[in-house]
Amino acid sequence: MKPARFDYIRAGTIAEAHAALAKDGDEARIIAGGQSLVPMLSMRMARPAVLIDIMHLSELAKIEVRGNAIRVGAGVRQAELLAWPELAERQPLLADALPWVGHAQTRSRGTLCGSAAHADPSAEIPLALLALKGSVELSSQRERRRVAAEDFFTGLLSTARNDNELIEAIDIPCRTAGHGYAFREFARRHGDFAIVACAAIARTDGVRLAIGGAADVPTAREFPNLDNDALDDALDEFAAELEPRDDLHATADYRRALVRRLGRATIEEARRCRA
Amino acid sequence: MTGVVTSWCGQSIERVEDGPLLTGRGRFIDDLGIRPGTLHAAILRSPHAHAKIRTIDAGAARTAPGVAAIITGTEVTAISTSLVVGVKAPIECWPIAVDRVRYVGEPVAVVLAANRYLAEDALELIEVVYEPLPAIVDLLAALDPKQPALHEGLGSNIASERSFRYGDPEHAFARAAHRVSVTIRYPRNSCTPIETYGLVAEYDASEDAYDVLANFMGPFSLHAVMARALKVPGNRLRLRTPPDSGGSFGVKQGVFPYIVLMAVAARIAGRPVKWIEDRIEHLAASVSATNRFTTLEAAVDGDGRVRALAWNQLEDVGAHIRAPEPATLYRMHGNLTGAYDIRHVSVRNRVVLTNKTPTGLNRGFGGPQMYYALERLMQRIAVELTLDPVDVIRKNLVPSNAFPYRTATGATLDSGDYSKALETALAQGGFAELRKRQQAARAQGRIYGIGLTAAVEPSVSNMGYITTVLTPEERRKAGPKNGAQATATVSLDPLGGVSVHTASVPQGQGHRTVLAQIVADAFGLKPSDIRVIGEFDTAKDAWSIASGNYSSRFAAAVGGAAHIAAEKVKAKLARAAASQLNVAAKDIEFIGGRAHARGNPDNAIPFTRLAAASHWSPGLVAEENQALRESVFWTPPELTPPTEKDEINSSLCHGFIFDFCGVEVDRVTGAVRIDKYVTMHDCGRVLHPGMVAGQITGGFAQALGAALYEEYVYSADGAFLSGTFADYLLPTTTEVPTPLILHIETPSPYTPLGAKGVGEGNCMSTPVCLANAVADALGLSAVDLPMTPAKLAAHIHASEDSTRRT
Repeated sequence: MKPARFDYIRAGTIAEAHAALAKDGDEARIIAGGQSLVPMLSMRMARPAVLIDIMHLSELAKIEVRGNAIRVGAGVRQAELLAWPELAERQPLLADALPWVGHAQTRSRGTLCGSAAHADPSAEIPLALLALKGSVELSSQRERRRVAAEDFFTGLLSTARNDNELIEAIDIPCRTAGHGYAFREFARRHGDFAIVACAAIARTDGVRLAIGGAADVPTAREFPNLDNDALDDALDEFAAELEPRDDLHATADYRRALVRRLGRATIEEARRCRA
Repeated sequence: MTGVVTSWCGQSIERVEDGPLLTGRGRFIDDLGIRPGTLHAAILRSPHAHAKIRTIDAGAARTAPGVAAIITGTEVTAISTSLVVGVKAPIECWPIAVDRVRYVGEPVAVVLAANRYLAEDALELIEVVYEPLPAIVDLLAALDPKQPALHEGLGSNIASERSFRYGDPEHAFARAAHRVSVTIRYPRNSCTPIETYGLVAEYDASEDAYDVLANFMGPFSLHAVMARALKVPGNRLRLRTPPDSGGSFGVKQGVFPYIVLMAVAARIAGRPVKWIEDRIEHLAASVSATNRFTTLEAAVDGDGRVRALAWNQLEDVGAHIRAPEPATLYRMHGNLTGAYDIRHVSVRNRVVLTNKTPTGLNRGFGGPQMYYALERLMQRIAVELTLDPVDVIRKNLVPSNAFPYRTATGATLDSGDYSKALETALAQGGFAELRKRQQAARAQGRIYGIGLTAAVEPSVSNMGYITTVLTPEERRKAGPKNGAQATATVSLDPLGGVSVHTASVPQGQGHRTVLAQIVADAFGLKPSDIRVIGEFDTAKDAWSIASGNYSSRFAAAVGGAAHIAAEKVKAKLARAAASQLNVAAKDIEFIGGRAHARGNPDNAIPFTRLAAASHWSPGLVAEENQALRESVFWTPPELTPPTEKDEINSSLCHGFIFDFCGVEVDRVTGAVRIDKYVTMHDCGRVLHPGMVAGQITGGFAQALGAALYEEYVYSADGAFLSGTFADYLLPTTTEVPTPLILHIETPSPYTPLGAKGVGEGNCMSTPVCLANAVADALGLSAVDLPMTPAKLAAHIHASEDSTRRT
């Protein structure tokens, strides 16, 4: 379990990182916290020719509030955001979801942007980003662009990022007064990837529910204000559309059942939070 | 004697092991230096469950940077011979694939290179052409005579079959008021030590001798297997162990085929070879516990009294019947009636081969599989006869006045008071309150169940139990095998210091601390006065085939041997002291660091001076053998070979466990939450309460893993699906609640210190206790492990959803 040979570049500036990406393209990989990438290197499931380390770029290591959004730079570790005193007030859903990301040890290394880049379908950070209608800031030597979360996650472990692009930050909208937020998850053990994770935002006119772990990408759905059987039926339909698969830890049936049951509980909790 | 501690045993003194381990100064195999020029090995492993090897082209790999040699089955068969197997069958068992692969992960080629990175690079350059064959994955399929034989010499995939009969089971079943039966599929799992296998092997051509340092744990009967495979006498295979080993739980027995493989590789390369197994290799191809298919039927009176048992056990040992298998199946043979007084037993045992990783030692070793069937049966008896499950257990326990009690299948239950342990546990563990808690939870619509288990925990295995797999006639031909030889050496140095070494091969348990307590007690010294050496060397230390760290034998057997060795040295020192203090040797007492005359403590000599005199003034006592060093070999006479009627006293000591628990199953997710767990133990005399609690807690955690999380899963075509720790789930601190541990003590009459083993009991009792609770909660008649949320939710959701929608 030793990685194949690779070159290592410690980027001193963003421009240096851009240049390396431009030169090596899909042969290059950005390394930030390394919590997903390093095991993949060791198992030789990832074999980049070049690793570009961005963790020494101070301009990427910032948490900022810009307008109505929290901007989390590519160098910000999950533990740092979790320890940010304003988090619960600015965005309670993210504050609820982050403790579910791995373990204290992995959160002290792993970054938010790294999790977004990895795009595991059951990861909490992509799910929260989608539920909250956040976006991803990408930059390259040539251009800078912002991609909405729903366009960013394009499939299993794949995103809209081009090979020459660096994720500089993710932007997460702050809470809206009068909305209720809730996050629930079920995993085999504490810190495991979710079998099903649910994020709900309740408004006066309806609810947005996003589900992770059931489909190849986190998926969100808007529901009008439904109750009782009508809500169960709507969730049933949503669960079926996600087309979950069987794996070692859960059957497709079980995942559908959790979408219905856990999804409903999450919606109800979000509604209570709104009240 | 006021103010003087008279017994260190029984106290939870600080462990001498902990300082270095907690400060990162442990000396594990991968921490130790290696000789210049040592090569690093990487292993190419089979991606197929079953295939013929057409060709292996290692040409490109041989010329890759840093590569010194490539080893395949061809080279290994040229230099060594097949590992001997434990049954009388024409089967070969090599440490590397020869012409055919039989499980995913089986070694196919070894690359030796300047470092592990380069070795793994070269692995990718080896081209193997396989011709895939149909795989036999399910153990029932292995019974099908139409399936191809995995080992052609055998003609089928049944490696062993034996039937046994004790008492008159046919009569008991014929007159039974009720018959109750269970059918169990026990899954594959393992105890996954934190440190994987590791070794450094070297060959000295001038002496035709191998020298291997490995984190092997014994039993050292396997030393004979390895030496024979390497075609050298035992004195030309020097096997040493490092000072520290990061857990084993039986699993590190399974490093032995790699010792042979890498010894051969070192011989071919002419240089030392180091190999450290990685986690991927470990999960796929170290050893697994056996999976087993069991049907067990009981003949039961109307009041729940069990009169007879009929066992039908089908054991899956994987692709090779590797020594000491099929020991997993026979380890519990004397204990097939558990903690119960049942006089009539029939047994049918079959051992089959499948395209899965070969099995080996694993904590509990046969106990988890056996008790899962027996204790599920006891619960089913209660349910089917509408009796209180506590009463069913109570009514069948071996009576308190019956010890030593010989079981129908031949074990001697040395001591115990099972009824007292049960009643004490119910009272101190709050069983009545637990039942109220269950009622309250159920009244709220929650899914809550209570489980119970009673179990006998065997320890100190009889090296002869495995020969029960042979017929009495085969045994007569082979000659008797039995015993459980333990060794200990106590020596004195010229400054009067005491050193102890044993062949117990500790893997983190704290053997050094307990040996210091035992020897300090004998000499009237402090444990800090005693230096205990943990590493072991077959070339220099006292050892025998039973040496090693398994079958919970340390406290009872090795601790006992150390006590006897210390007493022998003490008797000699007493004679030397007697001559100086002018009293009789029998009147010398060793207390507080001095030897003194009984009743006259001022007539004394310091222990160190007395001990040093053995070196400085050997003529002090006219005796050939001075008190310098004593090696003791101790074996209990109770461990006799199987009788002509196949009765076998499979273990020396038998502790007792009574567990009960309350669990809640989540209505939404199907997850099991352990609300309360009580575990009562009688493990004889407790030498170090803290370590006993550690053993129980650790066993409980691994058992909880087996019950709820862990399974080595294979697909229908034999692909291995549990290849990483993201697939094979171990419980972590957040998943393991703290059990309430209770004790009573009935010392063993057969061990020098009255101690019994306590290392494996909860691996036997806890999985089925949790299963009984889940079965009670959900009203299930059958439940197999692991009890995953998805499996349990299917029962809950099915009944709820049937009322709502299609």
